[in-house]
Amino acid sequence: MAIYLTKESKVLVQGMTGGEGMKHTRRMLAAGTNVVGGVNPRKAGRTVDFDVPRDLEGLAGAPSAVPVYGSVREGMDATGADVSVVFVPPAFAKAAVVEAADAGIGLAVVITEGIPVHDAVAFQAHARARGTRVIGPNCPGLITPGQANAGIIPADITKPGRIGLVSKSGTLTYQLMYELRDIGFSTCVGIGGDPVIGTTHIDCLAAFQEDPDTDLIVLIGEIGGDAEERAAAYIRDRVTKPVVGYIAGFTAPEGKTMGHAGAIVSGSSGTAAAKQAALEAAGVRVGATPTEAARLVLDQLRT
Amino acid sequence: MDLYEHQARELLEEHGIVVPKAEVTDVPQGAREIARRLGGRVVVKAQVKTGGRGKAGGVKIAADPAAAELTARQILGMDIKGHTVRKVMVAEPVDIEREYYVSYVLDRATGRFLAIASAEGGMDIEEVAATRPEAVARIPVDPGEGVTTARAAEIASAAGLPPQTVDVLVRLWDVLVREDALLVEVNPLVRTVQGRILALDAKVTLDDNARFRQTRWGDDLAALDDEGDALEAAAAEKGLNYVKLDGEVGIIGNGAGLVMSTLDVVAGCGARPANFLDIGGGASAQVMADGLGVILADPGVKSVFVNVFGGITACDAVADGIVQALETVRLTKPLVVRLDGNNAVRGRTILDAHRHPLVEQATSMDGAARRAAELAHAH
Repeated sequence: MAIYLTKESKVLVQGMTGGEGMKHTRRMLAAGTNVVGGVNPRKAGRTVDFDVPRDLEGLAGAPSAVPVYGSVREGMDATGADVSVVFVPPAFAKAAVVEAADAGIGLAVVITEGIPVHDAVAFQAHARARGTRVIGPNCPGLITPGQANAGIIPADITKPGRIGLVSKSGTLTYQLMYELRDIGFSTCVGIGGDPVIGTTHIDCLAAFQEDPDTDLIVLIGEIGGDAEERAAAYIRDRVTKPVVGYIAGFTAPEGKTMGHAGAIVSGSSGTAAAKQAALEAAGVRVGATPTEAARLVLDQLRT
Repeated sequence: MDLYEHQARELLEEHGIVVPKAEVTDVPQGAREIARRLGGRVVVKAQVKTGGRGKAGGVKIAADPAAAELTARQILGMDIKGHTVRKVMVAEPVDIEREYYVSYVLDRATGRFLAIASAEGGMDIEEVAATRPEAVARIPVDPGEGVTTARAAEIASAAGLPPQTVDVLVRLWDVLVREDALLVEVNPLVRTVQGRILALDAKVTLDDNARFRQTRWGDDLAALDDEGDALEAAAAEKGLNYVKLDGEVGIIGNGAGLVMSTLDVVAGCGARPANFLDIGGGASAQVMADGLGVILADPGVKSVFVNVFGGITACDAVADGIVQALETVRLTKPLVVRLDGNNAVRGRTILDAHRHPLVEQATSMDGAARRAAELAHAH
């Protein structure tokens, strides 16, 4: 089953013909993702060849030929696509998400980093009103190992399994995926490090709680905002599956943005210590380092 | 990016919000001249990007131009919570009758902006909200609709503000949207004895992500941002994502979350991280060389920890980058490298073959942090 993304998902790539779009579409195909098309009004009607065999199981089949459509709507009409991965530059990201939502796509995964907050506020509200789930922006996307990969998460560092993972950080996601590669993951969702994001820790916790293929949830957070505190309250009230946590940013000084636009301690709010305390009060075991968090997962699965 | 008070004041004025007459200077003599132009009696205000200036003695009334010069001399160079005062704003005094609070802030939980307003301005709004929550109105703003006159009237009435503030609320929303601000806060917004509504002090935070369409910031505002650290400025020039901290273990890593985590793990080993530096996914030789250059220029650094997880960029490519970087940067401090992830073994082999006397490797993040802390303490 997994959450949000399966091998049945049909994926469009907005901005596929750009540098990042090309590179990662190839990787998504190599991970078995059913990429059904790209979107670029100036290159509509063309086909892009990727040197990735379509039939991965036997590594047979012809290289993938992916058609380019003039709009998301056109691509959806032609292919039945239900997921879009957005690689377009920051200045055009708002229009891209609005277009995808207007076309009625179910899930838009926005990889683009550096989108102005006012644009994010606008497209999130627009998408919500139209029933489109947005993941990101400024996120690595999500992967259901062995089935599909929508975004830029390296697919080859882990394997399918029964851990669900939700994280604000890309590389910490990779780190945990790798440390727990022998156990494997149902789905890993990078929700992004921006202040305004479409899918939250809580959304993913709810989905993992319902997912019969997920036994344990790893939650990775970082300084800024109070999403982790709210997630802790949700876990206390609604999540019965075990949750292991990790929080980054204990040493971050107040008032400085630490890489991610949303990673900032303001006054006494948004600190790592407060997030850890809230999670622990909700019964979540929180690792002091990523490696310790991985060890806590192993402990938990043994009991 | 936070603006100085005087920059925020100008921005508000451009959008038609009434502010006190004021000018900025960085020399005491300048304060005397400004006071003379403003009619003698003035308020001298330290320009630093931190709160609590008044309590720290950074805001003072001067009775005449000579006193303004004397006061400016006292305030310039003052340290307020680690910020050195390099400029003062000299403003006309205002006869305050009432003080209010108004702001638009991003509410991350809902992904919308919130209007926050209170008839009890002039003090720390968080304190007011904590002790008397009913005195603070919090009203979400629909992003499609914005703050119309009707909406502003609703906000003013909910907070108990007089009707004359409605116009300010509308214009302040204009500042927020048109200037790509993440925060605009006026505290206090005052009604004078003469019945005028004036923005006495303002805080504005601009969205760095909007630089591409707010081109004038680059020229005006960045040039005025002289509070930054020299190393941070050098790093910014090279396009590095660097934050200077006060420690002895220099840190380079890929990915904001992993780097934040690396700082924590080093701190957990009893050492203090000297910086945050995220070199992102690429980790090319040039970026690695630039990063090492900035970190080694920090006199506090005693050891350096390079923590890379090879995801999209495999570890052998990262190792090649480090080796090439070491050809251009003279390593003066011990370097601990931890490579893990894709092609980690190949990457480690490349570094081993290079046999640099100051470079050593560790296979785990925790082990590498311990080693970097040990080396920092040994020096």
